[in-house]
Order: sequence, then structure tokens, then C-alpha cells
Amino acid sequence: MNKRPEIEEIKARFPESYIRDEEFRGDISIVVRKDRIFDIFKFLKEDENFLYNFLVDVTCVDYLKLNEIERFAVVYHLYSHKNNSRIRIKALVPEKDTVISSVCSLWKGANWMEREVFDLFGIEFTGHPDLRRILTPDDFTGHPLRKDYPLKGRGERENFKVVK
Amino acid sequence: MGIESLLKSNILVTTVDAVVNWGRKYSLWPMPMGTACCAIEFMSTLASRYDMGRFGAERLSFSPRQADLMVVAGRVSIKMMPVVIRIWEEIPEPKWCIAMGACASSGGVFDTYTLVQGIDQFIPVDVYIAGCPPRPEGVLDALVKIQKLVEQDSIKKRK
Repeated sequence: MNKRPEIEEIKARFPESYIRDEEFRGDISIVVRKDRIFDIFKFLKEDENFLYNFLVDVTCVDYLKLNEIERFAVVYHLYSHKNNSRIRIKALVPEKDTVISSVCSLWKGANWMEREVFDLFGIEFTGHPDLRRILTPDDFTGHPLRKDYPLKGRGERENFKVVK
Repeated sequence: MGIESLLKSNILVTTVDAVVNWGRKYSLWPMPMGTACCAIEFMSTLASRYDMGRFGAERLSFSPRQADLMVVAGRVSIKMMPVVIRIWEEIPEPKWCIAMGACASSGGVFDTYTLVQGIDQFIPVDVYIAGCPPRPEGVLDALVKIQKLVEQDSIKKRK
């Protein structure tokens, strides 16, 4: 079966970023390195053939103990209204350098989704206009959706001060 | 025919407490502090099948200033707790509190970093309702228990 043109284009244009691609029931994922992620999205959004104009979701996976190349992957789901097609981009982020470029300047909707990933996984988005915590309290420490974070927390619940 | 014989059949002697409590008991104004699925069950308690109006508590207050019974229905996170306390403090005395369901009473299944393990650590709870979520009968039972508490209240005790 022929691969979707998005895969071939990304492979050709960003050979140093491309790692592999996966397909499941017609939906494709491309796993890439994080370094040129902004250029990849700019290309997918603005290229005449693809026009992925809608960012559906930004989320993150912690691959702790799961034999992935890097520990984290920031996952972007894109949708093209013109071609009615979807694509998933997974950008691998190493544990030692949890920084990735923000895509807020391409899609404004990325703002809160990136804040959520920052809050729960501790991935920093460079170029984000307002990178604050969004779900946990402002004085919360740690990033609770990391797999090495204890379920009952690190004393947030016990040391919780009620502001009156 | 003296006036005394007329007084006998027209005047009832009682205490202020008994009258005031009787009035309060059958006109509780609950304030739903609904944060999760228990609030949905609370709504069905108010609806026609279970009809909380039969107990005089059908007038829900969405402002704490016009309520005297707070129903904390659902889980309360540590970020939400200051808000719940603020709302509780905005309710004028006399006031009562129901912790509805497992989460509000004890944290329930959510023994996690984010959840308050029972709102009674921060605000006084009068009646707890078991269940996840409790059945409407449970809510009505709690309401009747609150009514019994109201009955025992005394304006002398409260300042």
C-alpha cells in the first residue's frame, strides 16, 4: 500500500527529524524529533496540498519504562478542513531537556492545551505567551501526570493551606 | 360570659423556639454546592418523582446569602476547597451542611494528590450521606435528619 503523501513529504523535507511512521485503521502517526517541530507544523499548515488548518489536540505521553527512544512524546492531532484528513505528530522529548517549541503563533488554540501539558508533564514550551499552570493550584509543585509521580502526591494534600 | 372562655379556644401558648424551629424545619432553602455526579442525583431528588418539595425544601438557592442548608454534592479538590469555605461563610446563620456522597464525606475512591479527603476537615458537616452517588431516598433521609436537628435548635443557644 502506498504511504500517504504527508509521510513522504516530511521524510524528504525533514530527514533529520523523521524517526518512523505508524498506521492504524487508516489514521497515520509520524514520530519525529522535537528540534524542527515548528517548521514541520508550519509546512503542514501552509502547504497547498495539505492545509492542516485545525489543531485538534495537544497532549503528552510519558513512556517511562516503556522502551521508547526518549521518555516523553508531545502528541499533536491535526485536521484539514479542506481535505477532510487527519494526522498525528508525535514529537519525542528527552527527559534531560524537556523543552519544545510552542505552536501558539500558528494556532491560537494551542495556548491552553500547551499550558495543560506544561502543568501536568512539565514540558516547557518556548515562545508561549503565557506559560502558567492551568489545572493544579498556582502554588503546586511537581507535575502529577508523570508516571514517577506518587498517586497520593508529595504532601500537597496534607500541607494544603486554605486561604481565607 | 367572660373574656376568659373566649381566650381558651383562640390562643395557643408555646415557646418561641418551637414556633421558629417549626417554621425553619419546613422551609429549608438548600444551596447546592454541586461539583460532580452527586449533583445530578440531587437534581433528580428535586424532580417530580421524588419531589423534595414535599418536605418544604424545593426552593434551591443559587446565592449563599439566601440559603440555610448547604449540600456539598461531589468531590472537592484542594483548589476548590477555599471556594467552598468562602461560600459556606457567606451563608448567614443559622445554617446546616450535608456532605452528600462518598467523595464529599471522605474523598471516596479518589485517594489522590488533588482531592480533599472529606470536607469536614474544613467546614462543619451535620449529616453525611453514604453512596456513590446516593439514591434520592438517601438525600430525603438526610433532609429529614436535618429537620430533626433544626427541631432541636434553640435561638437562645445561637447568638
